[in-house]
Amino acid sequence: MGGHVLLIEDEPNIIEAIRFILSREGWRVHTHSDGRSAVDVVRERAPDVLILDVMLPGRSGYDILRDLRGDPATAGLKVLMLTARGQNRDREMAEQVGVNMFMTKPFSNAEVLEAVRTLSAP
Amino acid sequence: MTTLNGLAAISVAYVLLLFAVAFVAERVAWRGHGRWLSAPVIYTLSLSIYCTAWTFYGAVGSAARNGFEYLTIYLGPSLVMIGWWWGLRKLVRIGRSNRITSIADLLSSRYGKSNLLGIGVTILAVVGTTPYIALQLQSVTLSVEAFASVDPETAGQGRHTALWVALGLALFTVIFGTRSLDANERHHGVVMAIAVEAVVKLAALLAVGVFVVWGLSGGVGATLARIDASPLADWTVPGGRWAGLTLLSAAAFLCLPRMFQVLVVENDNDAQLRMAAWAFPLYLMLMSLFIVPIAVVGLEMLPPGSNPDLFVLTLPLSQGRDGLAVMSFLGGFSSATSMVIVAAIALSTMVSNHVVMPLWLHYREGGASVSGDVRNVVLLSRRLSIAGVLALGYLYYKLSGGGEALAVIGLVSFTGVAQVLPAMMAGLFWRGATRNGALAGLSVGFAVWLYTLYLPSLGTGSVLPPSFFSEGPLGLAWLRPDALFGIGGLDPLMHAVLWSLLLNTLVFFTVSLLSFPSPLERLQGAQFVSIQQTPGRARRWTGGVAEAEDLMVMTQRILGAPEAHALFLREAQKQGMPGPLPEPTADFLETLERELAGSVGAATAHAMVSQIVGGSAVSVEDLMAVADETQQMVEYSARLEAQSQELTRTARQLREANRKLTQLSVQKDAFLSQISHELRTPMTSIRAFSEILRDGDGLGPEEQTRYASIIHDESLRLTRLLDDLLDLSVLENGQVSLNMRDGRLSDLLDRAVAAAAASDEGSGLRIVRVEADEDHWLYTDIDRLSQVFINLIANARKYCDADAPSLEIRVCEEGGDLVIDFIDNGTGVATEAQEMIFEKFARVSDREAGGAGLGLAISRQIMTRLGGAISYLPGQGGAAFRVVLPQAAALAAQ
Repeated sequence: MGGHVLLIEDEPNIIEAIRFILSREGWRVHTHSDGRSAVDVVRERAPDVLILDVMLPGRSGYDILRDLRGDPATAGLKVLMLTARGQNRDREMAEQVGVNMFMTKPFSNAEVLEAVRTLSAP
Repeated sequence: MTTLNGLAAISVAYVLLLFAVAFVAERVAWRGHGRWLSAPVIYTLSLSIYCTAWTFYGAVGSAARNGFEYLTIYLGPSLVMIGWWWGLRKLVRIGRSNRITSIADLLSSRYGKSNLLGIGVTILAVVGTTPYIALQLQSVTLSVEAFASVDPETAGQGRHTALWVALGLALFTVIFGTRSLDANERHHGVVMAIAVEAVVKLAALLAVGVFVVWGLSGGVGATLARIDASPLADWTVPGGRWAGLTLLSAAAFLCLPRMFQVLVVENDNDAQLRMAAWAFPLYLMLMSLFIVPIAVVGLEMLPPGSNPDLFVLTLPLSQGRDGLAVMSFLGGFSSATSMVIVAAIALSTMVSNHVVMPLWLHYREGGASVSGDVRNVVLLSRRLSIAGVLALGYLYYKLSGGGEALAVIGLVSFTGVAQVLPAMMAGLFWRGATRNGALAGLSVGFAVWLYTLYLPSLGTGSVLPPSFFSEGPLGLAWLRPDALFGIGGLDPLMHAVLWSLLLNTLVFFTVSLLSFPSPLERLQGAQFVSIQQTPGRARRWTGGVAEAEDLMVMTQRILGAPEAHALFLREAQKQGMPGPLPEPTADFLETLERELAGSVGAATAHAMVSQIVGGSAVSVEDLMAVADETQQMVEYSARLEAQSQELTRTARQLREANRKLTQLSVQKDAFLSQISHELRTPMTSIRAFSEILRDGDGLGPEEQTRYASIIHDESLRLTRLLDDLLDLSVLENGQVSLNMRDGRLSDLLDRAVAAAAASDEGSGLRIVRVEADEDHWLYTDIDRLSQVFINLIANARKYCDADAPSLEIRVCEEGGDLVIDFIDNGTGVATEAQEMIFEKFARVSDREAGGAGLGLAISRQIMTRLGGAISYLPGQGGAAFRVVLPQAAALAAQ
């Protein structure tokens, strides 16, 4: 293994948990916690899989994903979206902006790992 | 010698003859054969009531005293007839088309059917005519006495002549003036009798004149020589008085109630006026032809001191020409009676229509009335009015002592009725004339006339004390009745004419210009002023079919074609007509009016149908009724509009309520979403790390401890969140019970600072306090208040982004309230967020900080419960919050 994952999330404890889970399985994990600069960071890092929180300081995950899908360089990026709100409307919003996978917090560690694996598969 | 009894017998016989004439004329008119009664010559002769006993006897007296001045009395009317016939025609047309019954009615109609004006003119007319009637009584009495003085046996028997004459005239007038009630107030019988009297008085005067010139004086040449030798030859014309008298007599000719009666009310057509325009001046000229010869010969032949007013009678008597004297007496008698009869009829019409009837109708309300009721009341009121008018005349005659020269009394009367002139003339030619103007002008003119002429005419000292004339009332010299405003030296008559008419006209125009006419006044004004543009040529439909078709066209417009056709067909079938058009019978027209009334209102329907069927002009009343209906429709539609507005308002309120509900629903969704987020976030950490610990492979002890403490912290965070939510819920529902007790503010702050520091170590927030200001006792829920303080201090610890963060706590009193400000030295809260931060879950800071964003919402709820307030304090550099405690909480414990 050894793919590259970029995690955009603002809760420090959740960052630490996901980083631990993925890096234990050999993934390189970069993290970022600000919504406004997220798109630039994604372009710069060009990860294999992007894990994106919805409620971020400065900018919502939906807006970030819409921008990414609009740019040819990042249009095909695999994205796993995490949200703590968990209502149907959130899922619909996520699908509209072109998410690959959608997961409601709290998640099981195994599911996250499985999702990242699936997404990074060619 | 003709005895008094003989004279009385002749008089009675003459009156019986007049009765017969009047009776026959009435019968003929009633049978419908009376076209010749409307002959212009009869109309012209009836105008001769202008020549009363004053003219018959008094003209000679006037000539004997004042020379040719008597001519002015004839000159005025002649000028009006010849020079102003077109104006008269307008007046007469207005009278005919509006069915005017008197001069009071004319003014009342012109000025918006004002009854007040009608009453005013009536009073003026009654007061103004009274001296005139007295004058007639006096002349008859004098003439009877002239006979009596020749006959020593009967001397003194004529004492009650005036009373008898008054009673007799009242009887005659009642019988002929109120025999019937004609809508137009025409009296064919009376007019005919007057025409006969006109002939008698002219014949009598001419006979006396012929006798004087050819019998006594010796022919025309001799008479002219006598005139040249008499004082009249030296007489010069005082221009001002001449012009004034001519004007006055012209005005009186138009305004005298009796003249208005014969001139306008009794007028039938324009042809009558055309003839009168030249024939009446001719009549006047004949009447004046022998005045001067009689005066000159009388002065010469009769003993000095003889009353020149009676020369017409005493000249034949002195020559023993009894027959001529009796004829002359009948001439004077005719003049007096015709004037009194017509004046009494005219005045009684006014009194009855403008005073008695309105009063009776006012007080009758509620009482049952039969249709004949009103008619009887009208007749009775007319008869009583006639008796009243004559009684007043008799009273004036008695009061004035009957001693004054006839002509002077006549001029008093003339001046009185001339006060109507400005309002009448302006009413005919000026639309701007208003009711208020007419009322004001009349009142002023009437008052000035009463004061300067009428009351003085009763004799100095009889009503007005002599001091009024010498010094003026209350010593105000400028108010002397014969020298108003200090302008003395004028002839008293001219003085009164000048001031009364001048002030009358001035006030009339001023008030008219200043006041605003009512709608009815304006309509009437327009109708009066523009009557000549629309002469009364009425449109007439001759064929019944044409009418029915016109009615059909109109009905279609209102009801629509199908309904109109159905209605007409139904009616035609009912009448048994073959075609689709019914005959315009009264029944059909009534049905049609009813049908139309349902759509356009009764008044409009009536006006429309009568316009087509009768071809009659729509009257102002009809128009007003139409306007009323329109008004009702406008009101109805206004009500509908109001209802529709009400509905619109209700709909708007419903929309607003709906919007609020939707908003609440959205807020509720957002709130649930927020809670979900706030709960799930710590639970995510807890789950993730507990799974890591559970799977446990290869974890060092340090990592194990660290992850366990994260789980612990997040559990506490969850608990805190739930506590806050429950707290907020309790506060919002008002279920909170406050635990009120005493406490020192400084202690409270100490504990709050300590508690905030304990909950979050590591923050180097410096707290600045002024202990001296904090020395306040409070009586409040100490724990809740400290919860607010802790929250504010904790917020400063979390969010103050200064390099050396510090929080200043200031305490002061403001208007009795205790004010505690918490001001830090960070960047503060953006303006647009300053109110938002008190909302639930409103975290505006980007900085990572614990808490669910409920703190300020809870604080605000607490402060509201405590009766105080918490607000953001803008413009302080850093974030600044102000807590205000009400006076009661701050002072109660002291």
